[in-house]
Amino acid sequence: MNEEKIRQYGDELYECFVARKTVPPLLEREPDITLDDAYRIQLRFIERRVQAGERIVGKKIGVTSKPVQDFLGVFQPDFGQLTSGMVYQEGDVIDLGSLIQPKAEAELAFVLKHDLKGPGVTAMDVIRATDYVVPCFEIVDSRINDWKIRIQDTVADNASCGVYVLGKTKGDPRKLDITLAGMVLEKNGEVHSTGVGAAVQGSPANAVAWLANTLGELGIPFKAGEVILSGSQSALVPVVDGDELVCTVGGLGSCRVKFSGRSAV
Amino acid sequence: MSQSNELTLSREDIVRLSERVEGAQTRAYAIPKLTDEYPAMTIADGYAVQSELRRRYLAAGHRLVGWKAGLTSKAKMQQMGVNVPSIGFLTDRMARPENSAISTADLVHPRVECEVAFVMKKDLHGPGCTREDVLDATDYVLPAVEIIDSRFSGFKFDLASVIADNGSSARFVGGGRARYFEELDLRTLGVVMEKNGETVAMGASAAVLGHPAEAIAMLVNILADMGEHLPAGSFVMSGGITEAIPVKPGDSVVARFQELGSVSMRFV
Repeated sequence: MNEEKIRQYGDELYECFVARKTVPPLLEREPDITLDDAYRIQLRFIERRVQAGERIVGKKIGVTSKPVQDFLGVFQPDFGQLTSGMVYQEGDVIDLGSLIQPKAEAELAFVLKHDLKGPGVTAMDVIRATDYVVPCFEIVDSRINDWKIRIQDTVADNASCGVYVLGKTKGDPRKLDITLAGMVLEKNGEVHSTGVGAAVQGSPANAVAWLANTLGELGIPFKAGEVILSGSQSALVPVVDGDELVCTVGGLGSCRVKFSGRSAV
Repeated sequence: MSQSNELTLSREDIVRLSERVEGAQTRAYAIPKLTDEYPAMTIADGYAVQSELRRRYLAAGHRLVGWKAGLTSKAKMQQMGVNVPSIGFLTDRMARPENSAISTADLVHPRVECEVAFVMKKDLHGPGCTREDVLDATDYVLPAVEIIDSRFSGFKFDLASVIADNGSSARFVGGGRARYFEELDLRTLGVVMEKNGETVAMGASAAVLGHPAEAIAMLVNILADMGEHLPAGSFVMSGGITEAIPVKPGDSVVARFQELGSVSMRFV
């Protein structure tokens, strides 16, 4: 795909993000689009957000569970960029008016204390470079009509990232079994779904190592202080005005989030 | 099948059906669900058949070692149209040691589930038993795998039939690490089930009625309806955290629990 088209699609997704609109899947319009093209479109989309004043503060890993990989017909995760405009603190109310067709997922987030640069990074290196882990919610959103995404669509659309909320309880991954830690997601006081760290690439640390190596191939390091959302451990939860979600990671703590307003769709 | 809790079966029918279930359990063959012949069968009828089945096993020298709760997930309860779990009894003949080879020749179509098990240090009496009462009476908790095996063709059954079939109880394996519940958060224990080295089911313990002790409280209250109690020393399984996974000869199963270690077995 030539540079002009990459720019055109990146700009289109950025404009959708700003206007809270959706477009038909890219794959419908460009049947030959490759995963590499999709990541270049994502870079353009993010470039526009940075030009508008945001900073890149971390990464998100998506498509980490086997059911989602099977659904999208891929055998590896994908990633997107976290920007300063996506950050909510625990206790904040998320304004659905800023989103299009949001769904929540519960994850474990890593915050690094050392730079980490692939290739050659193992899960052990990830634990060593980690300052702390926290329970978090990622509110995914899609600029593609009705979430009709294939892997190229979601990658171009910044891995369908919306906003995210980090919990306040920090855990040391040396004191917590991040692979077997249970994840309980409650919606409005009732258990909605449960999961476990192993649902993410066998262990959340494996997903982070995968991304360190994938970025390493492109010459990009993880920087100390960056936030890495390691991938969903829960089912996707649609959210509407008034909903309250709590996710609890066994042995760690909880993250609580409320929603108000109406999303675009 | 009626949802009412009235006994509709005669004493003769109860004995006849318990013999039929005992035959299917002992000689490992599938039978049509009991409601094909007795469409009016109620939950109370199901428990009457189960009690007669238990009486027959105990009279034959089996020892009652505990109980199990079934249908403890919201999804399963909705599917069966009920709002309480079902219960079944456990005997010494159903117990298999950790790490052992479990024969499938004497089972119909076995499936495995990960559960948190409780061992009681005090008697518990319903009605009105609460989660707090259960925890107060708990000596320790441990990880367990239940091997369920419906004796009904194609695992097709209704609530009255499955209760009569002792809640599909077949075998169980307790193992891993015994722990005091005070040292754990029993709601958020993560569980991974692996079959032949591959992850096949995952979840956390809140999948069981929000808290596994809630299932034990309900079990005690169902026992009270039958005029029974849960004695100290009982081993009680609180219900599947994960979906039931079919197993066949040659399969190796490991259930890994956060804080509780693992339970392994193979099927021959």
